[in-house]
Amino acid sequence: MAMLEIENIEVFYGVIQAIKGISFQVNEGEVIALIGANGAGKTTTLQTITGMISPKKGSVIFNGTDITKIPGHKIVGMGMAHVPEGRRVFSQLSVLENLKMGAYTRKDKTEIEETLATVYKSFPRLEERKNQPAGTLSGGEQQMLAMGRALMSRPKLICMDEPSMGLSPILVDEIFNIITEISKAGTTVLLVEQNAKKALSIADRAYVLETGNIVLSGDAKELMNNEQIKKAYLGE
Amino acid sequence: MFKKNLKKNNVFVTYAIVVVAYIVVEALLLTGNMSSLMQGLLVPLCTYSLCAVGLNLCVGYLGELSLGHAGFMCIGAFSSAFFSVVMQDAITNSIVRFIIALIIGTAFAALFGFLIAIPVLRLNGDYLAIVTLAFGEIIKNVVNVLYIGYDSTGWHISISSQQALGLAEDGTMVINGAQGITGTPHDSSFTIGVILIIIALIIVHNLTNSRTGRAVMSIRDNQIAAESVGINVKKYKLLAFTISAAIAGSAGVLYAHNLSTLTALPKNFGYNMSIMILVFVVLGGIGNFRGSVIAACILTLLPELLRGLSDYRMLIYAIVLIAMMLFNWAPAAIVWRQKLKAKFKKTGEEA
Repeated sequence: MAMLEIENIEVFYGVIQAIKGISFQVNEGEVIALIGANGAGKTTTLQTITGMISPKKGSVIFNGTDITKIPGHKIVGMGMAHVPEGRRVFSQLSVLENLKMGAYTRKDKTEIEETLATVYKSFPRLEERKNQPAGTLSGGEQQMLAMGRALMSRPKLICMDEPSMGLSPILVDEIFNIITEISKAGTTVLLVEQNAKKALSIADRAYVLETGNIVLSGDAKELMNNEQIKKAYLGE
Repeated sequence: MFKKNLKKNNVFVTYAIVVVAYIVVEALLLTGNMSSLMQGLLVPLCTYSLCAVGLNLCVGYLGELSLGHAGFMCIGAFSSAFFSVVMQDAITNSIVRFIIALIIGTAFAALFGFLIAIPVLRLNGDYLAIVTLAFGEIIKNVVNVLYIGYDSTGWHISISSQQALGLAEDGTMVINGAQGITGTPHDSSFTIGVILIIIALIIVHNLTNSRTGRAVMSIRDNQIAAESVGINVKKYKLLAFTISAAIAGSAGVLYAHNLSTLTALPKNFGYNMSIMILVFVVLGGIGNFRGSVIAACILTLLPELLRGLSDYRMLIYAIVLIAMMLFNWAPAAIVWRQKLKAKFKKTGEEA
């Protein structure tokens, strides 16, 4: 059984339909990429999954539970973390406080310390700057902090929204290496990206979104060689 | 650990300042060195400090600008004064009566804060400020047309006029529309005011340093991120706003029991007052409760101290406001203050 199952969701902003009935699934241990251009509905899809928006039709099933109507703040405790778009850190709190906020839904203090140690291991730079207000970090560091904070809830599935947005190519490489590591450590990854080339290079499978519909899907390596994709998203 | 201690020390410095100020004022009172004008200002000082602390919780920690806190003060004042006037003969112990009145006033302000927050907190920024401003005005205006009295047949309530109440000969008016409530027992004092300020400071300090406080601050910093880590944004926003309104309500209780005639004028419960309280909060430092108390005291005393200068006093008041703002928040001034602090610490260690 799939870990996450999206069944025919339709999402509206007022009278405008952003998602026109899409279905897909994420299996345990996979890295899944949702790619597409601006306004294709990638972020909307992700926000529907994490409970920030509710769909008009369709359902989201996570580990066998229907979470369509469950508010976002409760879904975190069920094992799904969300790294929102645009490096949203708590700018006036320190890096350490930010990370601790990530474990907000957890109670056991020693376990939280253990997770903190593993997060510091993946992001050594966060440990160096743990007492610094998060607002003073660079863009790349803030993205790392947002990812580290999501990992603090020890999720089974981590949903990332445009982790490469606004970062230099070197940092983008670094972020994607970390995503691969997160996946190797046993966390399932659902990735929304505009940078199709990078996303396809690390994903197992991918879905291509266009104006609220899935137009293509399949093995990431195969999609990379697809003529249509090459032309539209990879600029080759 | 070190940081925690530092925070704790800071909190105690605040309490110490309040206690020292209290002792100094009491000493001045005992030795008869305080003018009657100044004596009359003591309770209002506490009132404004208390309200500023309450608003600072909303502005500094929740990060929402409320311009309706005078309205919550108004609710606290009228509900508690109503109780005290009615129960004046039934409960003769003024302290017991005041404590019950305080609980009633605070609870009513909290209740209204909660009810108003439900629709208002769906907004943010300027929109929220505008709507709270409107709510504050609505509360004040409703109180102004409220007529409540009782006679042998029971309670009468009207919102049109005194005649519409149809009170019998033996009836007593409690709230008389624009003329407000008269005959409130004079139950509040400077001592009670200081105690209330300390209680409010303890509450807000404990709140802001708790798990709940961190949740509220994370909402201020970034609402979407707060939701993404599993914080119930609505719940904590409501909670912080309600507590903030309750503290403003307790300030209203203090205010009401210092006056024999309580009326809801634009001067005391209108938006001008809300803005005044906001000025205290901004000048004292957003998120800095000690600063709120100090700014409220200085800015309330200033116009009175400058009274001798008659026409020029508002001019000087404005200049002092600007000067304080510059001194408080200019980067150079902050650096200078830090240097000064470090110097003090050094000499302290040597000694």
